[in-house]
Amino acid sequence: MSAVSAPTEPVVRVSDLSVRVGTVEAVHSVGFELAAGRRTGLIGESGSGKTLTALAVMGLLPDGLSASGRAVYREQDLVALSEAELCRLRGDRLSMIFQEPLSALNPVQTIGEQVAEPLRLHRGLGGRESLARARELLERVQIPRAAEKLGQYPHQLSGGQRQRAMIAMAISCSPEVLIADEPTTALDVTVQAEVLRLLDRLVDEEGATLLLITHDLPVVAGLCDRVLVMYGGHLVEEGAVGEVFDSPRHPYTLALLESIPSLDQELPSGRFRAIPGAVPGLGQFPSGCPFRNRCPRATELCATMPALEGEGHRAACWHPAS
Amino acid sequence: MSEQPEMVFRARGVTKRFALPRQAPWLPRRFVAAVEEVSFEVLRGESLGIVGESGSGKTTLLKLLLGLEKPDAGELRYLGRSLRREVQVVFQDPVSALDPRLRVADIILEPLRVMGLREPRETRLHELLQAVGLPRAAAGRYPHEFSGGQRQRIAIARALAPRPRVLLADEPVSALDVSVRAQVLNLLLDLRRDFDLTLLLVSHDLGVVRHLCQRLLVMQSGRVVEAGETRRVFAAPAQPYTQLLLAAIPTLSQRRTA
Ligand SMILES: Nc1ncnc2c1ncn2[C@@H]1O[C@H](COP(=O)(O)OP(=O)(O)OP(=O)(O)O)[C@@H](O)[C@H]1O
Ligand SMILES: Nc1ncnc2c1ncn2[C@@H]1O[C@H](COP(=O)(O)OP(=O)(O)O)[C@@H](O)[C@H]1O
Ligand code: SF4
Ligand SMILES: [Mg+2]
Ligand SMILES: [Mg+2]
Repeated sequence: MSAVSAPTEPVVRVSDLSVRVGTVEAVHSVGFELAAGRRTGLIGESGSGKTLTALAVMGLLPDGLSASGRAVYREQDLVALSEAELCRLRGDRLSMIFQEPLSALNPVQTIGEQVAEPLRLHRGLGGRESLARARELLERVQIPRAAEKLGQYPHQLSGGQRQRAMIAMAISCSPEVLIADEPTTALDVTVQAEVLRLLDRLVDEEGATLLLITHDLPVVAGLCDRVLVMYGGHLVEEGAVGEVFDSPRHPYTLALLESIPSLDQELPSGRFRAIPGAVPGLGQFPSGCPFRNRCPRATELCATMPALEGEGHRAACWHPAS
Repeated sequence: MSEQPEMVFRARGVTKRFALPRQAPWLPRRFVAAVEEVSFEVLRGESLGIVGESGSGKTTLLKLLLGLEKPDAGELRYLGRSLRREVQVVFQDPVSALDPRLRVADIILEPLRVMGLREPRETRLHELLQAVGLPRAAAGRYPHEFSGGQRQRIAIARALAPRPRVLLADEPVSALDVSVRAQVLNLLLDLRRDFDLTLLLVSHDLGVVRHLCQRLLVMQSGRVVEAGETRRVFAAPAQPYTQLLLAAIPTLSQRRTA
């Protein structure tokens, strides 16, 4: 694509982004950049604030939730844009694949109509033309017997096929930025591997910039070049996948990595490695560093929130692991 | 020393078909064989993993073992004393598995009540809550007040309440975050070691099966395509389908970038 900016220039620059659920702050002033053509993974356990961060960037927060701060895409601040302006960008330049395809797809509209919709809306294609394109798209995401599927409803497709249909819809207008929220969490390993391979290829072909949200670290290793780690609504670590996974600095990242059982070695001391305690609910994280009630390295210093520090590889911790 | 291992379940040529909805009234009814000609046994004290892609028949197989589905062909037997008293199950979907009108205490103790087991209820309840890592205060609350992972732990506590000798678990940790996942898996390891629990574990997480199960059944479209010792199957899968399944697992060391 000719419109892609130089590889070092960020396509999306998020700064000081916070999300409130009513009066409770759920995402705390996060900042990161998505460099053009790069694939960035966003990891963390459920309740860390991954989805809310993505929804805030897309201007898709549900009622009762509000965002502040900036998310700049091509000189436009997505947080400040009007709904009409956002609608013009969404599904066209910016696209999102949701965590649950069944709830994101309309149950009473055919797959064909739904995949064709962005093309009618943003490209002004007519009914016949857009359906023909929809069929090509379904073939491109390797849905078997695509022509037949055009007239079917979401419940008539398998889980893997629904996820593919949603990917087809998301890439229909060749978006510049694609956010995928746990796109394979509901799928079994063989289907997951196919969907990830597909996503990988499409991002290459379209020259898109990808933000992949997942709690599966190995998936990020295989697909992404950068990684963001969230916990308790804070961005706690960020860097190149190799650096973060090989020499994690934040104790939470280290704990996540250690909890993955090896496939070719026995468990150390015969037990699965656990992170003590559980992820607190919204508004229940300790003040200061959100991980301090579960962290083996915590001291009194940790009652104050550490800043995200470092060059290239950054971490927010008073006593980093490496 | 050379004592024969005691058999807990024995399945011989078990088949289960489901009727598909008719496409039109004049067309013949079609069937899907959810489980087809399956033979295996479960030995006392072992843990047996069942893996395979979605729709391969794993849950149906568990239901057949429990007598919740009747086989269309073949023979299936529980060889212990009482299936009802000795075998418990944790189903795949913890949300629909818990009665929303009951308090957690009543949910967990229900099997004891139904079986008329006499046991100091309060003590047992607290033991169970502690075992699955839930606070005592959870006892008085209702299922909707808990997250998916917590509900899964309530379901596990309920299954363990009557001290089963055999536990069937269908994806018991797939809804759990890494924090809690390891705690539940370690609990299963402990029960196996301390109470000689026999475990049948359905999981699509092959890493979990690798470390929790000594033996493995690999299912594809209703059939058992490979069976064997877990270590052997991981080291040298004999069937192309098993190879495909193992190759599909993402690992940390497979990197896109160096
Ligand atoms: N009550 C039923 N009526 C009709 N078909 C059924 C029924 N239960 C299961 N099936 C079909 O039988 C096959 C095996 O289903 P089963 O639930 O045993 O799969 P599974 O291996 O547990 O899959 P998953 O990993 O998705 O849970 C599938 O094709 C399923 O659609
Ligand atoms: N619509 C909502 N209403 C109230 N609370 C919400 C809503 N969406 C998310 N939350 C809460 O905000 C926190 C972060 O949620 P989320 O971004 O979905 O986490 P993740 O995607 O990392 O699992 C959680 O505690 C969650 O319960
Ligand atoms: S700041 Fe303190 S509590 Fe937080 S992760 Fe670092 S050492 Fe642990
Ligand atoms: Mg989420
Ligand atoms: Mg199942």
